[in-house]
Amino acid sequence: MNSPSSPGLQAAAAAGVREPVIRLSDVGKRFLSGSGEYQALRGVNLEIAEGEFVCLLGPSGCGKTTLLRILAGLDRHTSGLVEIRAALGDQPLTSVVFQEQSIFPWMDVRSNVAYGLKARNPAPDLLREQVDYYIAKVGLTSFERSYPHELSGGMKQRVSIARAFATDPEILLMDEPFSALDEQNRHLLQGELLRIWSETKKTVVFITHSIDEAVYLADRVVVLGGTPGSVIAELNVPFGRPRDIYELKALPEYGHLVLEAASLIRAAVGQGGAT
Amino acid sequence: MTAPMLRFEPSPDIGQAARRRRRVERILSVVSPMLILVVWEAVVRVGLLDSRLFPAPTMIFGTFRQLLMSGELAEHVGVSLARIGIGFVLGAVPGVVVGVAMGLMPRVRAVLSPIVASLYPIPKIAIFPLIMVIFGLGEASKYVLVAIAVFFFMAINSLAGVANIEKIYWDVAQSFRIPRWRAVFTIALPGALPMIVAGIRLSLGVSLLALVGAEFVGAKSGIGFLVWNSWQVFDVEAMFVGIVVIGVLGWAFFFAVDEIERRVLPWAPGNRR
Repeated sequence: MNSPSSPGLQAAAAAGVREPVIRLSDVGKRFLSGSGEYQALRGVNLEIAEGEFVCLLGPSGCGKTTLLRILAGLDRHTSGLVEIRAALGDQPLTSVVFQEQSIFPWMDVRSNVAYGLKARNPAPDLLREQVDYYIAKVGLTSFERSYPHELSGGMKQRVSIARAFATDPEILLMDEPFSALDEQNRHLLQGELLRIWSETKKTVVFITHSIDEAVYLADRVVVLGGTPGSVIAELNVPFGRPRDIYELKALPEYGHLVLEAASLIRAAVGQGGAT
Repeated sequence: MTAPMLRFEPSPDIGQAARRRRRVERILSVVSPMLILVVWEAVVRVGLLDSRLFPAPTMIFGTFRQLLMSGELAEHVGVSLARIGIGFVLGAVPGVVVGVAMGLMPRVRAVLSPIVASLYPIPKIAIFPLIMVIFGLGEASKYVLVAIAVFFFMAINSLAGVANIEKIYWDVAQSFRIPRWRAVFTIALPGALPMIVAGIRLSLGVSLLALVGAEFVGAKSGIGFLVWNSWQVFDVEAMFVGIVVIGVLGWAFFFAVDEIERRVLPWAPGNRR
């Protein structure tokens, strides 16, 4: 479906860019739960342009993880249409950075980063080069032979990010990857992610429940809410890049945007019956 | 009226007490078996225990030296170890394959788990007569007995190992579109390995248990034969030598598995190289 009112696409069009790589039309997800059925998502409409950094923002239980799992091919939607532009050649479509600890404890950092790429049987030279590159990018070169239990939480998420980028996917799907980190580490990794993203220009769909995080990272914030969950608003983030979180926070526009998002979420949570 | 201030004085202990406690524990676990030997020796010497049935440790040690010098002991131990070794491999390999298959494929699990659950608690020595009828009185029947005992432990542990792998790791494989056979070798097997090693530890003990029983009734050699035959000819000291050697073998297996664990599980906390 076309959604001409999408501010993100207007901005994208204004900037002289690109057609959508992801198009969700009236997507719904229903599943059996206990004795009854549960509608997790209903009528989700969303378009995401190539190279866009989109944050899906919403309170817990709004179905944002379900939506990401559908995009990742881990779950199937039960109504509507999901369209994702096919990858060129051998490139994988999506890579996921999960919320929980998801790197393999039985592999060292190197093997973990190589894991997704290896499945596509690359030439050994290419594999080594690519893995070296992304381990260096996330600053773990001196830890490449370490096992996860020797790493801090932030280092583990770095491994996860390197693993996702190393496959050179069309689209990166990130499910609250920094939510378990302390604030300093979170800002550090957010900055690193933006830096890597600006070099690779991947399309990123980033899930978060943190308004600050969404506004800091995204080109466009899509607010999800309600039960069943759906898109309740889209906010364009007008700030240029590169961004600095603390400079950003000092801007009055930043405060306005955060406030707007907060009131949207508050209204959505209110509808859901909580608070 | 105000309540009095409670006073908390600093403690000079920066961990010495805990360290001292650990040292005491180590000493205790060395001293306790020695103490038992000393008491045993004393009780026999004083005449409280009949030395014909319960010879003193020093007497057992004398017989141990004789059996060792004559090469008889080494022969029995060698024969038993070969039976355990061959039987173990024959049982463990299919055990792991079946267990992993059950862990990966719900239908295989649905079909096999009632069968495994009902056969596993049967004492394997109870079917040794049957095994002898089928496989004869030679070595084959001992291999088969050990293999059957080992099979169930390895299958059940491998199943539990695969079943307990966190779902997120399978999601990772699926999100990267990893082929299934590859996920077996990169997720199922390494993820189940701690449980598989625990299974090896249990099965080595169980194979000793089963084999000694089998050697009581159906063998002309082996450590179980040594024990039973010595009893038949009332050579009680030699019987005790056999019993002690069985204990030592069990202990040796345990430490061998510790070593294996350190080698194959470098990623487990506490197994640092």
